[in-house]
Amino acid sequence: MSVPVRVRDVEKSYGRYPALKGVTLNIAAGELVALLGPSGSGKTTLLRAVAGLERPDSGNVFFGDLDANGLSLRERRIGFVFQHYALFRHMTVFGNIAFGLRARPRSTRPSEASIKAKVLELMRLVQLDGLENRYPAQLSGGQRQRVALARALAIEPRVLLLDEPFGALDARVRKDLRKWLKDLHRRTGHTTLFVTHDQDEAFELADRIAILNNGVIEQVGTAAEILATPATPFISGFIEGISMAASPRERQALLRPVAVQ
Amino acid sequence: MAMSDRLLPLSHAPKRATSETLLTRILLIGIAGLFLGTILFLPLLTVFVEATRKGWTPILESFQDPDTRSAIRLTLLVAAIAVPVNAVIGLAASWAIAKFEFRGKNLLLTLIDLPFSISPVISGVVYVLLFGAHGWLGPWLSSHGIEIIFAVPGIVLATILVTFPFVARELIPLMQSQGTSEEEAALTLGASGWYTFFRVMLPNVKWALLYGVLLCNARAMGEFGAVSVVSGHIRGLTNTMPLQIEILYNEYNFVGAFAVAALLAALALLTLVAKSALEWMFAGELAACRRH
Amino acid sequence: MDSLPSSLRQPSVIPGFGLALGLTLAALSLIVLIPLAALVLRAASIGPQAFLEVALESRTLAALRLSFGTALAAAVINSVFGLLIAWVLVRYRFPGRRIIDSAVDLPFALPTAVAGIAMTAIYAPNGPIGAIAQSMGFKVAYTPVGITIALIFIGLPFVVRTVQPVLEEVEQDIEEAAALLGASRARTVFQVVLPHVYPALLTGFALAFARGVGEYGSVIFIAGNIPEVSEIAPLLIVIKLEEFDYGGATVIATVMLVISFAMLFVINALQSWSRAKHGNV
Repeated sequence: MSVPVRVRDVEKSYGRYPALKGVTLNIAAGELVALLGPSGSGKTTLLRAVAGLERPDSGNVFFGDLDANGLSLRERRIGFVFQHYALFRHMTVFGNIAFGLRARPRSTRPSEASIKAKVLELMRLVQLDGLENRYPAQLSGGQRQRVALARALAIEPRVLLLDEPFGALDARVRKDLRKWLKDLHRRTGHTTLFVTHDQDEAFELADRIAILNNGVIEQVGTAAEILATPATPFISGFIEGISMAASPRERQALLRPVAVQ
Repeated sequence: MAMSDRLLPLSHAPKRATSETLLTRILLIGIAGLFLGTILFLPLLTVFVEATRKGWTPILESFQDPDTRSAIRLTLLVAAIAVPVNAVIGLAASWAIAKFEFRGKNLLLTLIDLPFSISPVISGVVYVLLFGAHGWLGPWLSSHGIEIIFAVPGIVLATILVTFPFVARELIPLMQSQGTSEEEAALTLGASGWYTFFRVMLPNVKWALLYGVLLCNARAMGEFGAVSVVSGHIRGLTNTMPLQIEILYNEYNFVGAFAVAALLAALALLTLVAKSALEWMFAGELAACRRH
Repeated sequence: MDSLPSSLRQPSVIPGFGLALGLTLAALSLIVLIPLAALVLRAASIGPQAFLEVALESRTLAALRLSFGTALAAAVINSVFGLLIAWVLVRYRFPGRRIIDSAVDLPFALPTAVAGIAMTAIYAPNGPIGAIAQSMGFKVAYTPVGITIALIFIGLPFVVRTVQPVLEEVEQDIEEAAALLGASRARTVFQVVLPHVYPALLTGFALAFARGVGEYGSVIFIAGNIPEVSEIAPLLIVIKLEEFDYGGATVIATVMLVISFAMLFVINALQSWSRAKHGNV
């Protein structure tokens, strides 16, 4: 079900301001990749371009061999978790998760019974059993996040995209969810791309990290590769914080493969 | 509410440096009360007092009058057309303005508000100049047997013009504050445009929509100036309730005039109650609306 | 419409822009813009000399002076009392506050003709307040004073409802800072709190003024409509129409529109100037 994603020479500008200046990125099927960069670097624009929420001025996005240009959002089948979740506030948790299934045209819409089974299964997966009749306003930040994730997974997406998935949560919940998300990714195996401005988050979670600055990708690699050989002065400056900030044990874990090399 | 702790009950002396003395507060509340009593409450009270001056029988009789009954029917008809039309236009305008970025948006906003800064009389005059017997399209219309001025279509048009901004200006600030991410989420989940409109956007603004419709309706049923210009005051045919009040009043039929007025005033009170109920129940959702 | 060049509209995945904007523009054009354009074109076709002849007629000038003068007086009075009422509603808790808060909107809900006959009944020489005024030797109804009272009724909610939300958002800490710096309460209120509210008050004033200039229904009953004394400009337009003097009606309507827009333009300019100076308050 999960497919590789190829981004080729994507350019996008808003008026005279260039947000992406020709970005190319290949993501293997089932890989978990972080888009890291300071604010205004273009990482969210890139994520939204992959999702189809922004139309690139030029360049292509491929899901497997399928050129996504010209596909409607429905045809793309993207699981997108918004920064502030964008839950439908007038629908229950159940209604939110079921939305994508119920919104299908009649010919492909599953029966209400199978929608129910599917939603309950997803709720178990994201550990929200029993909360199906709550409204988003009655949930904690971490719970909302998981509803948003379950809602995105319900449409059996080709690719899972997360925009600052932990940005709106407090530090402790953030740590727990990180571990949980990593675990979930391991179990479901979706090709996953997430945006963050938090170096720790990117280095701890992702298989590979793409660091953006001023609308270009400055370096792509594993945590170890980037720490060992920063490609540009910007990267050296940008990751300086991480090696200082991460706990000694984490730093060791990150550095070990380098030592092997 | 963060507010409540600085809103001191009147019965206590100020415990903070940042409030007025009890005497000042009582004085200010007194002035406000007196002003509102004279300007707002007294006229309202007068309507009901004057209507019931000769007891209830004349009131009931005046509602038997066929001209009055046809005025009530016409007012209901006009509102039943003008309000839904403006609700649809208001939804379309706020969808375009709140969910998209485009050039000329501020100009569009100004133009939508324009009818509020035009005299209702002028709103009527423009249609007379366009469709009246001596208007530009008048001769053509009359040769095809179409009556707009001094007929129901003119009244409906003038009412739509006068109430044009009500729904849009309630919806736009709310929809702008809600942003577009819920719609985007619905679309990524595979929903169609209409499905997103009806299942995601509309439920999010339903109370503000109702609020706008309520105000629009109150104005539509009560409009006088614009309707007066285009109506021609044909009894039993083109008189709305406010116009009927004028006719009865000018005939010195004060009980009849105030009886119709009392009916409209009761409607106004009902509107206020419904409006306040909406504001209290959905304070958060409507917060953006109270800014004019 | 969806193929508009990107310079006109930023692209978005949300559908329906063309339909929504198209419907809006069509309705706006048919209902508002084309009829208004008809008025302007008609005025233009009259010719400058004939136009000025009607515009400078003494009856026209008197009506315009009366409409703008009474609207101005009412808007000024409403600014003072509207600010006071907003202050009382926002800052104090007292029995009946919620009812008063709701009742402020009464003029939005009550049909103008209803308000008009009710106020005439109150202020006519045989009405409760009219009789008192009469005994003191002056008349309210059928004079500019009566018109002003009607316009106060009509304009009040515009001021209160514009000022109220802004007053609610004034931060307490600026008041505390002023008090700590030794300012008296009066100084704190007038020099620290109220300046935050003035731009909103100006907006409320402008809205009440604009509404007052064009008001018709609530005024014609109490005005008495004596030419050159208590005949407002909108009424003169109606009279010209009834005489089938479309030209005359067009001229007065155009003059009213032009003056109203000019004043709104000046007030808007004042506002953006004060916003630029004091930040977005």
